[in-house]
Amino acid sequence: MAAKQGFLITVRTAKQGSAMERGKYSADYIAETATLTLSPRDYQELALKEGQQVRVRSDSGQVLVTCRSAEGPDGVFFLPLGPTANELIGEQTYGTGVPSYKGFTVEIETAED
Amino acid sequence: MTVTVHKDVVCTFCGALCDDLEMHVEDNRVIDVKNVCGIGRSKALHGDNDKPECRVRGQQATLEQAYDAAAEILSRAKSPLVYGFSSTVAEANRVGVELAEILRGGLDNCSSYCHGPGVLARQHVGLPTCTLGEAKNRADLVVFWGANPMESHMRHFSRYSVQAKGMYTPLGRKDRKMVVVDVRPTPSSKNADLFFQVIPGSDYEIATVLRALVCELPLPTLADDSLVGGVPLSKWKELVALFKACKYGVVFFGIGLTQSQGKDLNIEQLIRLVGDCNRHTRVYAMPMRGHANVNGNNQVFVWQTGYPLAISFNRGYPRFNPGEFSVIDMLNRGDVDAALIVATDPAAHLPHTAVEALKKIPTIVLDPVNSLTTAWADVVIPVATSGLSAAGTYYRMDNVPIRLRKILDCEWPADLEVLQNIKERVLDAKDH
Repeated sequence: MAAKQGFLITVRTAKQGSAMERGKYSADYIAETATLTLSPRDYQELALKEGQQVRVRSDSGQVLVTCRSAEGPDGVFFLPLGPTANELIGEQTYGTGVPSYKGFTVEIETAED
Repeated sequence: MTVTVHKDVVCTFCGALCDDLEMHVEDNRVIDVKNVCGIGRSKALHGDNDKPECRVRGQQATLEQAYDAAAEILSRAKSPLVYGFSSTVAEANRVGVELAEILRGGLDNCSSYCHGPGVLARQHVGLPTCTLGEAKNRADLVVFWGANPMESHMRHFSRYSVQAKGMYTPLGRKDRKMVVVDVRPTPSSKNADLFFQVIPGSDYEIATVLRALVCELPLPTLADDSLVGGVPLSKWKELVALFKACKYGVVFFGIGLTQSQGKDLNIEQLIRLVGDCNRHTRVYAMPMRGHANVNGNNQVFVWQTGYPLAISFNRGYPRFNPGEFSVIDMLNRGDVDAALIVATDPAAHLPHTAVEALKKIPTIVLDPVNSLTTAWADVVIPVATSGLSAAGTYYRMDNVPIRLRKILDCEWPADLEVLQNIKERVLDAKDH
């Protein structure tokens, strides 16, 4: 089992937006909103394989996601907006009404073989 | 079957409200769309097709039964919340505000957790801004900060900003410099002349240093190779030179700033930076509003109550306090004992703690399509889809109102009609 701590940021993706409008029960929407993007180095260090599920934990919850690698900063993970990401987001809004959708600490953990 | 072609239809996905769509309708269904992005196409083709069943507590119901049940729930509640409205027309927003006032309840809209901090910043420092038409016709510098329009506002570049050809920008892209500030390379940053890949959460620091550079204040602790937000100061000086040299600059900011560390303070500092640039030339700022009429929510709420979001009528008059009367805080604290949700899908967009709180209280939802919230709401009322089967007014991200037409027939009423029916029943219940 490998683990890595990092910073999670939720994002809109073209695929998420388009699939959302086709229906939130569509397989595309469910799959895209549960796909985490990591830097190539993080992807390699976790020894991930295509389509492999990993567990992501935050102080607020945990989810299973699949991973893809894309150009970006190391230690920062990107997850499309949606019900999967919402499981990880904390309730504190610091007096603004907006919880930290962009930028909170998570830990990624690969499952035991 | 005859195909009818509707021209200049308004897309109702994002705040860019592209109003040049061509929709091909056959047998009361949109079968093809031209002049549209991928997300807008999905919305046009599917936005009126997957109606939920009209239900009260899991049982199929008539509209009259659903109105009665909704009015009963809301009338009995001590602290009801009226929330949503980002995908419905301004006219329905107005009745929603009225209903919240009659109920002495909470009132909030979806800007509460997206561009709300930008709205708060505007209350403190104002906003030097322009229209998208001015950006198209005049802007020779466009900056996208914490925004990725290629995936969220896909036709923004071609219609309004980067490639658009206007009166003083006849060559489109060649007449403009484009800058992107973001935490990672994106499809948008790949189009930029200058891309600043910054450390997440450093936007306030960057805007502060840029202000000092624009104002030519000394920065004795920083050398040219000192990193500010992960980028050398010398590179930020290039951006400042672009600002000072441009004839008309526009900074489009996204939720990369409003939802990250600093939130409203990030926007305040960015707006101040834009103000400072106006000592040298003309520079404006504009929020990249997400949901199509989320700006309309702020507009209507302000006209009706004096406040743009996070409102409580529990003392009989409107009070405003983000963080206290914001939807997520209200739900997380357990301050709400019934909810009326209009034109949004909290189960897909709010943190899970807020969704769990909603599931524990009687919830009424008006939605034109099956959503994650319609699956468990106590009262589900299907409605016509704004911009396809319901007409009305939306506000574009630059505050320009755009009229939506009705191009399809729908067996279900529009949000406006449903809210009026619920309001009348609530008033009746109060009279007896």
